[in-house]
Amino acid sequence: MTKTSRRLAPLYSLGLLVVFGAFIELAVRAGWILPNIVAPPSLVFPAFADLRANDEIVQPFVVTFIHVVIATAAAAALGLPFGYFLARNPTFDKAYRGWLAAAFAAPLVLLYPLFLVFFGRSYFTVVLMSTIVAFVPIAIHARDAFLGVPPVLLNVGKSFNVDKIQRFRLIELPAAVPTIFIGLRLGVIYALVNTIGVEFLIDFGGLGRVVSDLYAFFNIPQMYAEILLILVVSMVLLWSLDALQRWVRPQ
Amino acid sequence: MNRTRLIQSVTLIVILAIYEGLARSGWFYQGAIPPLGEIARAFVTQFGQPDLYANLWVTAYEVLIGFALAMAAGVLFGVVLGAAPLLGAVVAPFVDSLATTPKIIFLPIAMLLVGTGPPSKVLMAALSAIFPVMIAVAAGMREINPVLIRVGRSFRCTWWQMVTKIYIPSLKAPIISGARLGFGLCIVITLLSEIKISKLGLGFLTIDAYNHYQIPQMYALLLLIFVIAVGMNALITRLSSR
Repeated sequence: MTKTSRRLAPLYSLGLLVVFGAFIELAVRAGWILPNIVAPPSLVFPAFADLRANDEIVQPFVVTFIHVVIATAAAAALGLPFGYFLARNPTFDKAYRGWLAAAFAAPLVLLYPLFLVFFGRSYFTVVLMSTIVAFVPIAIHARDAFLGVPPVLLNVGKSFNVDKIQRFRLIELPAAVPTIFIGLRLGVIYALVNTIGVEFLIDFGGLGRVVSDLYAFFNIPQMYAEILLILVVSMVLLWSLDALQRWVRPQ
Repeated sequence: MNRTRLIQSVTLIVILAIYEGLARSGWFYQGAIPPLGEIARAFVTQFGQPDLYANLWVTAYEVLIGFALAMAAGVLFGVVLGAAPLLGAVVAPFVDSLATTPKIIFLPIAMLLVGTGPPSKVLMAALSAIFPVMIAVAAGMREINPVLIRVGRSFRCTWWQMVTKIYIPSLKAPIISGARLGFGLCIVITLLSEIKISKLGLGFLTIDAYNHYQIPQMYALLLLIFVIAVGMNALITRLSSR
């Protein structure tokens, strides 16, 4: 791929989006697709104004955003020390790393009926589930990060007679940051996916709840608009995390 | 008993003891946290219910058909996107954002398209698994040794021959890794879709038990689902490491 094509790629992406939108519009107007099944752009864009008037954009976004932030922060607060503990205690690491790997593969979101029994349809249920889901990748990557600190750096520290706190602050933590960040990035994505998913399933909370409500009321254009909004939120989150990762570890 | 086993056993015993203590404490609504004995009984009893097998079969075929569709489409699109870097760069923003979006929010669209029955679950399973497969295959395509491609071209291979003789054999590892991720997602999204709206499947049985406050049965079904999901993942991991 030439440099010019690479520079023009975002423009082509925009063009593709416009062509796709025009095709849907044409297909609906021609009667090939029912507007009750696939809402055309001419109905979806005005629906954003209705959503805004009903406060179904900012307020649900804030609710979801706050829950994702709290869940990720809680997962990091628990997962980072736990990962460090495993990396520095080989016996416990041997005992728990298999469980962590199993939890990473397990469909934890399916436990939500269990949490409903314990805590009911509440914000606490949503945040707790997202915390658990985000905890696993954060802990696994923190463990890998601290285990992956080059021994030569630790030996340099020893030769300078650094104490435990200095070793952690000046050697282990800086060396572990890039891998820790990969875990945090996964944790944020998992927390977002889980939060919106649980909101949708239990019909409670932010963006996921709005999609569920709009479908229940068969308000199809607004439902498509809200799904588009969630796509944009995911896209912005992904770009922000990529930018942050580049800042933490420049290529 | 070595120290690792001892730590695992003690941890498990502590967790189960805390649970049993909570179950017998009377702090929660009656039946909300059933004692372990009741859950074990429900777990064993469910295997005698014909309902379980009928619903297990429904979930299994939804997952398997969805997965097969995702594999076919994911490998095809992955090969195309990997072979055409410009096209790959143009669709990358859409693929990446769709890949990280919670797929469950597309369930209403799936239901509008094909109804609330099993086809919507198949569609959801396919939608959730296609992205890891497609992304892994497209990335794998970019890593193929260019010498192999030049050899294929110098032998004047047709497009199909290039795909079957060069691309697919070189893409074995990314296909397997995408399939492993995709299969797990297929199981999760199918069960979640069944839980949300369905009259069939393991997910439906679970939420039905919850709705009728048959909590031990619900725990037993969740346990069964976890055993199946983790077991399938372990099986695929073992097969892929061969």
